[in-house]
Amino acid sequence: MTLLNQLVVAAEETHGESSANPLIPAPYDILWSAVIFVIIVVVFMKVLLPKMQAVLDERAELIEGGLKKAEEAQSEAAAALEEYTAQLTEARAEAARIREDARAEATAIVSDSRTAASGDAQRIVETAHKQIEAERQQAIVSLRTEVGALATELASRIVGESLADDARQQRIIDSFLDDLESQVDSKQKAEG
Amino acid sequence: MANLALVTAMSAVTETSSDAESSTGFFGWLFGSDGFHAPTVDEFYPPALLFEGTLFEFNRIELARVIAAAVLILLVWLVVRNAKLVPGRGQGAFEFMLDFVRTQIVEQVMSKENAKRFLPFLTTLFFAILAFNLTGVIPLINIAGTSLIGLPIIMAIWVYVLYLGVGVKQHGLGGYLKLSLFPAGVPKGIYVLLTPIEFLQVFILRPATLALRLAANMMAGHLLLVLCFAATQYFFFEAAGFMKSMGAVTFAAGFAFTLFEIFVAALQAYVFVMLSSVYINMAIEEEH
Repeated sequence: MTLLNQLVVAAEETHGESSANPLIPAPYDILWSAVIFVIIVVVFMKVLLPKMQAVLDERAELIEGGLKKAEEAQSEAAAALEEYTAQLTEARAEAARIREDARAEATAIVSDSRTAASGDAQRIVETAHKQIEAERQQAIVSLRTEVGALATELASRIVGESLADDARQQRIIDSFLDDLESQVDSKQKAEG
Repeated sequence: MANLALVTAMSAVTETSSDAESSTGFFGWLFGSDGFHAPTVDEFYPPALLFEGTLFEFNRIELARVIAAAVLILLVWLVVRNAKLVPGRGQGAFEFMLDFVRTQIVEQVMSKENAKRFLPFLTTLFFAILAFNLTGVIPLINIAGTSLIGLPIIMAIWVYVLYLGVGVKQHGLGGYLKLSLFPAGVPKGIYVLLTPIEFLQVFILRPATLALRLAANMMAGHLLLVLCFAATQYFFFEAAGFMKSMGAVTFAAGFAFTLFEIFVAALQAYVFVMLSSVYINMAIEEEH
């Protein structure tokens, strides 16, 4: 502090009394300060800063616009992907369904034709059986008549007597044939 | 270091100021010396250049202010005129400073909507104070525009009127007075103590300290620089023998204080704008 006092004393010695208090502004100081500061404030706030702000806003808008565009493109791409995926799934499902249908149809066709074929076969077999049976009956009947006539003639020739009585004649033939049949049957059994 | 220089300077004053050699001409003026002059408050009352003794008296400090204002506006205009979406170097630096004021000062204090409202003025304030402060270390000007109290007072009054204005506009006159003089959440008896203090704070101390802090800082800085360089001049050209080498010390001190003053110039601009933001924010917010 003594140092400071010394300095002040020395200063006063060299320069004499200081007239002004630096904390009290001189009128001209206030005037010029106000003029200059107002000029700066007006120029800055009315001209310079708004222009700069316009550029900054434009940049921000550009960046935001770019971001928004990118976002839109991304969401669009996502939507397209989703659509494609959905379509693909649908197509796969349809293909599977078509395949399933085809398989079912094929199975149905095969089983149908199998049924039809077996029916046909059965019918053919039945027809054949019936025909065979009919032919057998026919053969039996014709044999019976022919063999009976032949045998009667043979017998009448052998025994020399006319067997006029038809009923009796028939009875004899039948019993003869039955015997004959049973003989054939037993013979077949013995052979078989 | 500065103290040492001071002591030597003081002793030198008493010894040699009487027998200073008289020099003539420009070099005599530049390198001559008629003894050591310690800087005084008269530094801030230089002789008038124009209109002496009138209201319009115009001196060196006013000239420094005019130059600072003109250069500031010119520089910013040059940047803004060519402002592009993709910034160049100058525009990048300017935008960095704008961004600094916005994010590091104003938006630290107030909400983004309020910041947007007051940002133009506060940005202007920051640039103006910075420019006026920096003239203190610019060669040939060598005096801060803010080292004479008039300009800090004008700026402080502007902030004062602004925060009172927005406070009254926001809460009404009664509402604002009640808000600032009778803070909520205090026992009633305390108001006897608190209200006078708050009154002093809001209506006197805030603007006064804003102006004084800035002016005193710049004055002190100027006096320090003048002291260092005056001592350097004295030691180099007037002192004899060993004392000449002291000039190197005072010159180094002057160099260091010049750098320090650049820092102080930015710091005081920051402090002024920061406090202005705080005061405005206190006026518009419900609770503080």
